[in-house]
Order: sequence, then structure tokens, then C-alpha cells
Amino acid sequence: MSKYLLNKFLYTVDRDPELVERYRETPGELVSWWEAERANTVLNCITGEASTWLRFTDEERDALIAHDHVRLFELGAHPFLTLTLFIAMFERDNKEPLEYQKAFGARLAHFDMPYPDIAT
Amino acid sequence: MASIVAVIASTHHPFYYKASTATGEDRPPFADEWTRKILAFRETLTRANPDVLVMVGSDHFHQLWLDNMPQFLVGKAPFYDANWYNEEREFGLPRLLLKGQEDLSAHILRAGLDDGFDLAFSNELRIDHSITCPIITLRPEADLPIVPIYTNIFAPPLPQPKRFVQLGESIRKIVESWPSHLRVAIIGTGHLSLELGGPRQFGPHGPDPEFDRRAVEWIATGDLDNCLREVTLDSLHSPGNATHGFMDFMLMMGVAGAGAKADHVDTLDLFHTMEAYFTWYPNGAPA
Repeated sequence: MSKYLLNKFLYTVDRDPELVERYRETPGELVSWWEAERANTVLNCITGEASTWLRFTDEERDALIAHDHVRLFELGAHPFLTLTLFIAMFERDNKEPLEYQKAFGARLAHFDMPYPDIAT
Repeated sequence: MASIVAVIASTHHPFYYKASTATGEDRPPFADEWTRKILAFRETLTRANPDVLVMVGSDHFHQLWLDNMPQFLVGKAPFYDANWYNEEREFGLPRLLLKGQEDLSAHILRAGLDDGFDLAFSNELRIDHSITCPIITLRPEADLPIVPIYTNIFAPPLPQPKRFVQLGESIRKIVESWPSHLRVAIIGTGHLSLELGGPRQFGPHGPDPEFDRRAVEWIATGDLDNCLREVTLDSLHSPGNATHGFMDFMLMMGVAGAGAKADHVDTLDLFHTMEAYFTWYPNGAPA
């Protein structure tokens, strides 16, 4: 499991408006592209300095492609990162104020304290 | 030597800007009361007539990231661009440009290192809503130079609560030792109980009103002993998964000093959080 890589995906997509839209519309294509092209990019470095070893587990990749925020929570992805990116993608579908945000929390109702560990 | 004319602590709810500027049907029912409270809070800084703002906050994975995560970081730049695309997107926050106070940044870095804090620094820092929200609420003219200080309350492992208090005590001493005639206000923002990305988020109140009640009491009365006795890195998970931001309130209690009662205390029970506002005047309330 790579909680760091999950978080890196959420972080880098959330801060780029083009990637947010691609992740909403074509998650399978975006996750595959990101893992091939971006996962091993050392941030703030030229591509020649890329690392070689970061990759998702099948479970992590499937959760990202499925937009499965409950599974991401269970896997220990940082909840702030998941929330802010998913709000960016799906708040626009709200019919009532905070409708998506409340539903996001309700889908996690089966989790008790302590929540999954988010340390990377 | 510089004088500390006000110590201020508050929450940094990013929806205040949008709520307070909304009109007509878009204006939420709580906006008028919230605005009244903010105007009274703002007056506590205006009356202190500061020249410089030292601003403590927590980066929300905007500029600081897990590839190279500092625990405490001081900005040292002539200017700071502020707010990010995803804050504009989610909260409607405006872009800002704030002037830096590099001499005070340098003094805090040197004296902080000498006082036992291995502070990180940044010469290129884009700041986020933990520091721009108090600009919007307390100094919307955004005309005073700032020194931003970021803390890690987000990415485990975190420093212990007592370390935040100690840093606050140190910042106060350091600012008072700054060889300058300028008037400094020290402003910090944190959280009371808060849940983000978890099952207890976005309820009608904060996730743990009882924690909020005790926390406000600790801060208002400067009760560092009971606060430090009850608050641990483990215990902060219980009131909500984002409650570790309370340690920035503890840092500001350290700045204000043990036993120091706040001169201004106000709260507002809002959806999903309790807003809280505190001001201390270390040299007495301004006339």
C-alpha cells in the first residue's frame, strides 16, 4: 500500500483545474495516465530526476478509478485531500446546499473511532 | 524594542468572505450576525493600531507537502501571493498580494533557532486561507506587512501540544526583543472541534460542542494547565479528525501567556463548527 502515492494523486489533481475535469469525466484514463506519467515525478524537479518505484496497488487503483471515497478513507488516504477534490468534482451536482458534502459524510457512517491511520 | 500591541486568536472559516458579501437570496440567514461579530472583532485590532502583523496558521496542503514537510516554517519574502485556485474554486476567496516584513522574519528565524526551535524558512511562499481569512476579517485593507509562520497540524507525525505552547511563548519573547520601534500584532488561527472528510462532517454544529465549550474556557481564561493536562495528540482525534488545528490556538495561548484572560471573547455556533474570537492586549487595552 502506498498512502503517500494516494495522497500525491489527490494533491496534484486537486490543484490543477484541467486534471480535476479529466478525473471527473474519464477516471480510468486519468488514473492510468497519471500513474504512468506523474507518479514518479519528483515534485519541483526535471523529469531526469524521476524516481522509479512508486505504483498503486490494484486495490488503490480500483478505488481511485471508481471514485470510491469510502474505500480511500479505509485505505488511509488523507481525508482533507479526498474531500476537497471530491467537492471540486461533485458539489456542482448539488440540488440543496451542502447536499453532496453531507452525503459524503453519511456514506462513512459505519466507521467508528479510531479512524484508519493517515500517517504516511 | 518592538511592542506587542495585540495578541489575537480566531478560527479561519473560509466561508466568511462568501457569506458576508452575498446578497439577496444567496445571503445565508446567519450572515448578518456573523458580520456583526466580525466587525466588533476587527475593531479590537484597529484600536491597537499595529504596524506589522505576525501571522500564525497552518498550510492546508497548498504549498507544504509530504515530500519535504516542515513542522514550523517562517516566511521570509518581500511579498506573498495569497490564496490558491482550489480555494477560489471552493470558497470564492479573492487573490491577494501581501507585503512581507523581512527584517522581522530574519529576527524570528535567528532568535528562534537560538531559542531551540529548528525553524524552516521559505523565500517563496504562497499563503492560504489560514492566514488570509484573518486578513479578510481583521484587516481587509491588507495594507500591513506580515510575517507568516506555518505549523504542521495536518501530516503525522505532529509536534506535541506542549511544543506549540512553547513556540508561542518563544515568539512573544522574540518579537519583544526585536530592535524596532514598530507596533506588532500577533495573530493566529486554528480550529475548535472539526471533522473534514469523515462521518461527522457538516453537521448542524461542530462535531463536539462539549470540547468546544471547554476549549473556549481554556483560551478565554488562559488556563494552560488544564488545557495541557487534557489535550494530547491522541485525545485530539476524539472531537473530530481535523481538531489537531486546536494546537494553533494553544500556540496563541503561549503567546498571550499562562493565566492571561482575553480582553475580547466571542463565539458563533455555525453549521459544522463553532467560530471563536479572542483578543488580548498585553500592555493594557488601548484608549
